[in-house]
Amino acid sequence: MAWDRNQMAERAARELKDGFYVNLGIGIPTLVANHIDEGIDVTLQSENGMLGMGPFPYDDEVDADLINAGKQTITELRRTSYFSSADSFAMIRGGHIDLSVLGAMEVSEKGDLANWMIPGKMVKGMGGAMDLVAGVKRVVVVMDHASKSGAPKLLHECSLPLTGREVVDMVITNLGVFEIETGKGMKLIELASGVCVDDVKTLTQADFEVAV
Amino acid sequence: MKKIFPDAKAALDGLVFDGMTVMSGGFGLCGIAENLIIALRDTGVTDLTVVSNNAGIDDFGLGFLLQTRQIKKMISSYVGENKEFERQYLAGELELEFNPQGTLAERCRAGGAGIPGFYTKTGVGTVIAEGKEHKDFDGETYILETGLVSDLSIVKAWKGDEQGNLIYRKTARNFNPMMATAGKVTVAEVEEIVPLGSLDPGCIHTPGIYVQRIIEAEHEKRIEQRTVRERESA
Repeated sequence: MAWDRNQMAERAARELKDGFYVNLGIGIPTLVANHIDEGIDVTLQSENGMLGMGPFPYDDEVDADLINAGKQTITELRRTSYFSSADSFAMIRGGHIDLSVLGAMEVSEKGDLANWMIPGKMVKGMGGAMDLVAGVKRVVVVMDHASKSGAPKLLHECSLPLTGREVVDMVITNLGVFEIETGKGMKLIELASGVCVDDVKTLTQADFEVAV
Repeated sequence: MKKIFPDAKAALDGLVFDGMTVMSGGFGLCGIAENLIIALRDTGVTDLTVVSNNAGIDDFGLGFLLQTRQIKKMISSYVGENKEFERQYLAGELELEFNPQGTLAERCRAGGAGIPGFYTKTGVGTVIAEGKEHKDFDGETYILETGLVSDLSIVKAWKGDEQGNLIYRKTARNFNPMMATAGKVTVAEVEEIVPLGSLDPGCIHTPGIYVQRIIEAEHEKRIEQRTVRERESA
């Protein structure tokens, strides 16, 4: 037993607080939008230049001029504003966005993040990921705990080129939730249903304190 | 001086030369200067350095200029959607400089604003920072990035007037406003040229001072990822 993609997204959604401006990455992070508590008011930012991102459009509402950072067609809300990419990254770099939820390939016990490049494979580019982790107040990573072959992704040091150094505040995997505090290391604070600490240890290279 | 030109071909007349740097607005296929890209291809200009967040797809946008091998170097943040790009890059036929998206946007903004360099914390501790000046401010480390200017910027707006004032529509704004400011010459293509005075002066996104030539053109506006939701049945 462990969490599936939707349960991981649901857990990540609990990190969103009332009044937050939030940027969601591509993949599992996008699913977080489906699990936001109806009792709180959250504004989603899309880094191509939009605040107040709405759901996917109905077929007859599709607008080529209205896309998110994953290039998917979306809709606007009554609160929506549009702006240039320079203004958008001023929000991000300037620390005005409260929370970013991102995917990852590797995270180190110090909070280093690698999620943009595998040497030897075609490099697609970092897009806005480096700006987001450098500037957003709190960075939450959602990823599978280990690779399909069982190789740990939570490591002492990342082996892949970094997206940012000491930038991750929380990691949510299919096995549980970790907090990372700069200078203090990693702490396991929650286990997924049916998972025990030893299950986590077997699939983790990084050192972590157990606080569940 | 008349800024309105009859079509994309005429609007590029006398502006292109081999080895030039071109900024091309847009994010993915959203808000790209579709007609000016094709007209640029048709001039036969070569060895271009193209500054653009993305590289189009194989059969649309900047993909046209890749097919004909007119691009020598791309400065971009993400190029994942283009097979021909990948082929040329892996074969060593195309140079590629990756910039973080926000750094790329700010480099264009800075270039247009007469700012030759700026410090940012984006990329500190990564390959992006290698060889760049590092400087601490209030205990945090930043790297020096430079402003970018172009010989020619091609941008797409929704509406424009004979003075070159532009407004963009929704997320089709993206990189267009900064690139318009950073061109030695900027050519804009718009969906509609409207009579002078009909744009609200308080709502102009790009003031006409940045735009030297403007055309009205048809736009296909191809969609990269059409995502929809189902209507709940009544």
